Amino acid sequence: MALDKIGIAKRIAQEVQDGFYVNLGIGIPTLVANYVSDNIEVEFQSENGVLGMGAFPFDGDEDADIINAGKQTITTKPGASFFDSATSFSMIRGKHVDLTILGAMEVSENGDIANWKIPGKMVKGMGGAMDLVASAENIIVAMMHSNKRGESKVLKKCSLPLTGVGCVTKVVTNLAVLEVKNNNFYLLERAPGVSIEEINSATEGTLIVEGEIPEMILF
Amino acid sequence: MINKKVKNVQEALQGVKSKMTLMLGGFGLCGIPEKAIAELVRLDIRDVICISNNAGVDDFGLGLLLQKKQIKKMISSYVGENEEFERQMLSGELEVELTPQGTLAEKCRAAQAGFPAFYTPAGYGTEVAEGKETREFDGKMYVLEPAFKADFAFVKAWKGDAAGNLVFKGTSRNFNPNMCGAANVTVAEVEEMVEVGQLDPNNIHIPGIFVQRIFQGENYEKRIEQRTVRQRD
Repeated sequence: MALDKIGIAKRIAQEVQDGFYVNLGIGIPTLVANYVSDNIEVEFQSENGVLGMGAFPFDGDEDADIINAGKQTITTKPGASFFDSATSFSMIRGKHVDLTILGAMEVSENGDIANWKIPGKMVKGMGGAMDLVASAENIIVAMMHSNKRGESKVLKKCSLPLTGVGCVTKVVTNLAVLEVKNNNFYLLERAPGVSIEEINSATEGTLIVEGEIPEMILF
Repeated sequence: MINKKVKNVQEALQGVKSKMTLMLGGFGLCGIPEKAIAELVRLDIRDVICISNNAGVDDFGLGLLLQKKQIKKMISSYVGENEEFERQMLSGELEVELTPQGTLAEKCRAAQAGFPAFYTPAGYGTEVAEGKETREFDGKMYVLEPAFKADFAFVKAWKGDAAGNLVFKGTSRNFNPNMCGAANVTVAEVEEMVEVGQLDPNNIHIPGIFVQRIFQGENYEKRIEQRTVRQRD
């Protein structure tokens, strides 16, 4: 069965390693924080100026001066720090952040990503996404495999305005885990009960299937 | 001590005129210069260019200036959550220059620090880089981005003193420190004005040299955009 958003978040949480500084984008990526193992030490960075984000505050404890990049009220963990926007992007541009997880409207087999604009229809802006994808070396995209009209979002070439070029390393969708390498999507894992044929037919880009493809193991 | 203190927001905004370029701190509604924005609405200046990460919401923050069509052009990184903004932009009434967030911050910081321009990898290969000079360093491509030039910067801090020293709180810091000294005149509004000497010199986020005018605002609304809480067990 294809995963829901929580399933995608749970699978991506397995990519988070002990000692990582992690930047989470808005949407599915934000959910990842809930499923990271308690046995590892991870610091979440939010580009509006906080390192060491904690859980949402208890009702009544919320502070207008402490929010995440999605403008949600948050708390901080012991050891947290606040900083200005230029410092925040020094962390990002200077490659001090180990893992970046963000949503996308489209990805292509050469690692391009589009997630900020649909010409004539929707323009919300790129926020920090262009800075993140231009510098991060470890970028995981969290998204549904197809859009609401059933069209593949895993493409040979992006049709929407790009956010960054040749930068995505891994894609986790409701159907599969894909590695982006040598201008191809390599199928690494299938969602539980999803066949290779289903993944293939939902993938417009070049899908490489080598050997046995295991099912994802979700806790 | 060089005294930067002015008595109110009216005095703080003296010299602000139509068609000027204004920087405004804040991320979403967090750390926005509420009092300066209210005064810009009251002054009814027109055709201004605003440099601000976001554009507020329909009825608060820079959304108040948008509603009165006082803004000619916005330079921002993210403008979601504001219907009037989206409407004016898609209809062509409002010019918008979308800029990657880190580039936006650095264009402020470069102006503050006296750099005319800098190279960044952000936006390379996208429409943000169209028409801009690009250059390769160590096998990677970068885009040349110029520093901002602005007439006024409006920032909001938590505490300040008459010397113009500022201390920020939480994530309301965001772009505010980067905009101090990045415009011809920097106006700081603070929630609490303390006596000179009370702020520990070790813990000052922005030294007074970057600030020309400072005043204490009253009754900050500090609206929360996305109140997200968990329930106690």
